[in-house]
Order: sequence, then structure tokens, then C-alpha cells
Amino acid sequence: MEGFRHKDLLSMEQLSVKDIDLILNTAESLKEISQRDIKKVPTLRGKSIVNFFYEPSTRTKTSFEVAAKRLSADTVGLSSSGSSMVKGETLIDTAKNLQAMSPDLIVIRHSSSGAPHLLAREIKASIINAGDGTNEHPSQALLDLYTIREKKGKIDGLKVVIIGDIEHSRVARSNIIGLKKMGADVTISGPPTMIPYKGESLGVEVINNPGEAIIDKDVIMVLRIQLERQSKILFPGVREYSTFFGINKKLLENIKDGAIIMHPGPINRGVELSSDVADGPYSVILDQVANGVAVRMALLYLLIGGAKSGDID
Amino acid sequence: MAILIKGGNVVDSLTDSIVKRDVFIEGGKISKIMPPDEFSERGNGIEILDISDKILLPGLIDMHVHLREPGQEYKETIASGSLAGTSGGFTGMACMPNTDPVNDSSSVTEFILRQAHAAGLARIYPIAAITRGRKGEVLTEFGDLKMAGAIGVTDDGSTVKNSELMRRALEYARYHGLTVISHCEDTYLSTGGVMHEGFVSTKIGLKGIPSASEEIIVEREISLARLTGCPVHIAHVSCEGSVKAIKAAKEEGLPVSAETAPHYFSLDHTAVIGYNTNAKMYPPLRTREDVEAIKKGLAEDVIDVIATDHAPHSPLEKELEFDKADFGIIGLETALPLTMNLVREGVLSLAVAIKKLSTNPAAILGVDGGSIEEGKIADLAVIDPEEEYVLKEEDILSKSKNSPFIGVNLKGRNILTIVEGRIVWSRNPEYTRG
Repeated sequence: MEGFRHKDLLSMEQLSVKDIDLILNTAESLKEISQRDIKKVPTLRGKSIVNFFYEPSTRTKTSFEVAAKRLSADTVGLSSSGSSMVKGETLIDTAKNLQAMSPDLIVIRHSSSGAPHLLAREIKASIINAGDGTNEHPSQALLDLYTIREKKGKIDGLKVVIIGDIEHSRVARSNIIGLKKMGADVTISGPPTMIPYKGESLGVEVINNPGEAIIDKDVIMVLRIQLERQSKILFPGVREYSTFFGINKKLLENIKDGAIIMHPGPINRGVELSSDVADGPYSVILDQVANGVAVRMALLYLLIGGAKSGDID
Repeated sequence: MAILIKGGNVVDSLTDSIVKRDVFIEGGKISKIMPPDEFSERGNGIEILDISDKILLPGLIDMHVHLREPGQEYKETIASGSLAGTSGGFTGMACMPNTDPVNDSSSVTEFILRQAHAAGLARIYPIAAITRGRKGEVLTEFGDLKMAGAIGVTDDGSTVKNSELMRRALEYARYHGLTVISHCEDTYLSTGGVMHEGFVSTKIGLKGIPSASEEIIVEREISLARLTGCPVHIAHVSCEGSVKAIKAAKEEGLPVSAETAPHYFSLDHTAVIGYNTNAKMYPPLRTREDVEAIKKGLAEDVIDVIATDHAPHSPLEKELEFDKADFGIIGLETALPLTMNLVREGVLSLAVAIKKLSTNPAAILGVDGGSIEEGKIADLAVIDPEEEYVLKEEDILSKSKNSPFIGVNLKGRNILTIVEGRIVWSRNPEYTRG
């Protein structure tokens, strides 16, 4: 098998179909570790990983942390409030200082699109983009692809709809790229105020009404509505959003047998997703979380494990 | 009840022509349109109205009225406004949301519709606010409002200053099938102004409102229509610059429509001389050149609609120093004769004039009516184009009397109004048997 020839994981765009298959297959073989009594292997012993989160995150940060520890890497966590960012240091200076301490890999989440790319140019350590602004969130897309493949047995030829604030969603962007690469047919849905300008140019179909959009889909991916950010301008309020764009049990009466419902979390119960749907039989939301650890273990392993030594750049 | 309207000249706004036809109305609909005297059914329960040589029109639809209810019932109510409207030939009126409370929720929309139903005269189409409280900050619940019966949205009386919010409103309204109406006013240019900024304002010492105040926002709405592809309707166009901008937008194929009010093609800013507060409105009466541009815009179909901007105010708001008086005049009872002036001047044919008072507003609002066709709803008006009269304050049916046309000789008058096959208003007691 050909190795993984990347220093960093910045975007889904950079990955080939072979790369994605390799990541998903690696995750599959690593998933079993999390089911053991002793959930730890020595694969990354002696490697150090910095979790650098400029934006609040629970799920992604914990997931990377757990993944690193299961592979025996040493981890350090930084958040923007505890870093020298608040003291006015630039991102590049912070990075150079970190580099001076020779970490092997930096996981970065940042509110600015392109921040991980800037970091990757400046320092030698591998960089994983754990979400940059409204650009991409590739590890989320990979764990979603993994979950889809696990539940549906394939990705190629599936019909997938992504519903919600597509314009401001890095999860949507990464998923659209990844799903299309893997041969899925992608539709985006939600209020027109949340569909990006010329949305069709992403190679997707746009159907604003979620009730219509979900009918023939194999995978229904619902995004979190960021109430704290844009509610004033993009939609009038929670009640109206859930009435016209929320996914509830009644809408599911018309969907395909065997369809799955995904959500990257955290859920606003009763807004984009009703509780009976989030907890219902179609939901694979908690599988996504479990798979997140396996996929991130695979990424750490492929980027800084022994497998690709000598292949970098 | 069935009605046969005999001997009238029927305005067919689809073909821009006027033809002699008998029109038979049954079950609230226009069931047959026939050449004269072809109708053979005779029987009980058919009321025959001989309107020989009068003109039968599709009921007029005023897409811009202020009915003041809830909140300012001393100025107008939905019932009094409905009466004033039907007497003027209107069968439908779209009421603006600047009431108190503002129509920014389904409960206010439902209240308006209940009052309209109780009045039982004309069709009242609630236009809801774009933003909560018309404050320009948070969108109202368009979906909920639509379900309650609102057919459009506007912050009329104010411009949505935040262009991002306006963009989102256009996108969100199209999804819910609501017409967006924009009041165009850059308030940084207009604040403190009380009349058009021109030689009259300079001469009589009143603070002016430049045409640019309107034009800037008209241009913005055109840009947003281009960006989003969403339709936008420009309210009360008053000046040449707006007409030019809308003309260019239409030539470009953008989904922009526009209305003007009768006072903008009937009066100019010299009407303010003497500090006549019944010549104070927003936008203000402009120059002679602007009046000509409005007429040309109507003739060239740049301006699609004539709407009154019926704005009732009591003496409490009008019998004041000019700068302290409120903006606005009533219009429901004078729209028809003032528009007939344009027909007599040769600016518009009668059929085209009726299109702008009925067919086009119906299409822009997406409501019933607007034409005389078999199978269509029987919303109709009968007018006598030759009747001349002087408008007297005591004859005005609106609760408010703030009209600059009191004492003016008018020609052309509505004599009968039918809504859904029912005579709701008649000037001739003979016709009121139904």
C-alpha cells in the first residue's frame, strides 16, 4: 500500500480518493483499540502533540486528546485564553516559539480561515486543521465519511443532504468536498439566507425546503444553528427556524428506509433537530463521536507515525 | 345572488382595450362575459344593473394604504378606510404595518384580518414589518406572518438601513412568497427636512429633503436585486433620478417594480407655498421636471403601479406649524379622478391606467382580481368618467380630511363597487337594493 505523503492535513481538497481510503481503512483497524480493556498502544511513544485551540471546543479537542493518548503520545493543550495570544503575540510568533520546543504535531482550531495554512508554512511540525473559520474542518468530514461507510457499506452513489447554515459551516464545506470525491451526490438545504452565494458552484444541488430535500436521501446531515452568532440577520428566531427548517419526526415519515441522520454536534435540541429525532432509531450521532476518535488516531498515526518515515516532502 | 351588469364599456386590461359587454356574476365570480343583449336567462334572483355607457373596471387595488388600526383609530379604522376605499372604486387595499403595535407578529396580522372581515367591505391585505418593531435590527417571523395571512413585508415609513439585513430580507421573503416593498430614504440626508430641497424650500425657509435621499436607496435596492435575484418593489417614487434608475434596472432585466402616488404626478413643491401642511408628505412633492418624469415613467411602464399612500392624519397632526406637522395625505377617494386626468392628458390610455390601478398591483402582490375574465373573482367597479365635481371636506368618507385636493374640481367618479359579487358601495341608490 502506498504511504501517506502529506506533512499536514489542512483540507479535504488536498486528499486523493486513495488518501481518504487509506485514512478510513487505518481508522477501521485502530477502532478496536478503544474497545479494549487497556485502551493504549505504544505506537506514538515519545512523540509530542500540541492541541492549540483558539476557539472553544469540547468534542474535537477531547477527541484529539483521547486519540493521542491512546497512541501513547504526549499532549499539551493550549487555549486562546491561556496563551500569549491575549498578550498580543502574533500567530506566527506563537508558532515559532512552539516550534522551538520541537513538537511533532500541532492540532489547531482558529477563528480565521487559513490560519492553519499560515502555521504550516512557518513551522516544521505537522499541522492538523481542526477547524479554521468558515473554511474547513477536514477531520470532521473524515469521521463523517467513516460513519457513512460503516453504516451504509459504501459512499459512492449515495444521496446526501446537508441542512442548515451552509454558508458559515466549515463542516459543510469539508463534507461537500469529501463526499463528492468519494462519489456521493450532494444536496444542500436551508433558508436562502444561509445558502452560500451561487451555491450550485460547489457542485451540489440546492433545495431550500428541508422537507423536500430529505425525501430521497440516504444520508441526512443536520448542522448546528449558531444561535449566538447570526440569529439576528439570517433568520428571525428559534421558533420560526424549527417550524420551517427543523428536522422533526413528522418530516421523517417520508424518508427512505435505512436513511441515517447525522449531526456534528453540539445539538440545539428543538431547533435544528427535535429530540425524538436526535435520540431516535435513524440517528447515528453518537457513532460519529466514537468514530471521531478512531479517525483522529489514524490521522496522527499517518502523519507522524513510523509508516511514512522518509516520505515527507 | 346573481347580478347582470348590462350595457357597460368593459376595460379589458389584458388586451388594453375597451369593449361593450354584458357581464354576468354568479357565486361571487364572473361567470359570463357576452356581447350586448345576448344574455337570455331571465329569472328570479337575478338583479339587473343597467350601467349604459358607464365603464366597468376590475376593482381597483391600492397596494399602499395606512389604515391606522390598531393604535390610531381616531385617524382611521379598518372599517372607515374600507368604506373610503370602496367609495373610491377600490376592492382591495394593502395596509402598511406602521400601526401601534406594529404589525410584526401573526397576532397583529390576524387582528387586522378579523377587523377587515367585520367591516365586510373590501379585501384587506396585511403587509407585515420586515423587522421587529420596524427598528431595523431583527427580521420578523416571515413564515409565521405568511401563515397568518400577511402577503408582503415592508418597514414603510422607514428604510431598512442595514443593507445586509435588507439583502437577507429579500432572500427570506422570496422563500416564503412574500412581496418586499421598500420605502427608500437615506435618513442621513433627510433628517430634519420637511419638503423638497429646491428653490421653494430656499425661498420660504424650510429645511429641504434632496432627491438624492430617495435615489441612493433606490439604487441600493436595485443592487440587492442584482445580487440576490430576488424581486423588490419600490414604494412611492417621487423623483426623476429614481425613475431613471428603475428604468435602467428594468432594461437590465432585474426583478424590480415600482409605484408612484397620484400626488406625485398632480402637484409639485410650489403647493407648499403658504405652508400648507396638506402638501407635506414623504417623499415630498418635487419639481415640475420630476412631475414630468413620473408621468413619463408611467407612460413607459417604468412605474408599474399607482398607489395612494393613503395616510390619514387628524387636525392634531396637521393644523400645526409646517415643520411640526406629520407627513402624509389621504388618497383613496381622489386616486381615480387624478388618474383620469392622465388619461385625458393622453399620458395613459384608460386601459393602461386601470392596469396600474388594478392588474399590476394584483400581480405584484400575488392576489386575486385585477382583471375581468370569465371564472375570475367578481371584484369590480363602475365609473362615470365624465362626472365633474368639486371635492368637499364633508363628502370625504375617510375619518381624516387631510387632502390638498379639497376645493379642487375633479372629473371621473366611481359609482358602484362590487366585491366577490356583492355590491359593497353605490353612489346611486337604485343600485343598492342588493
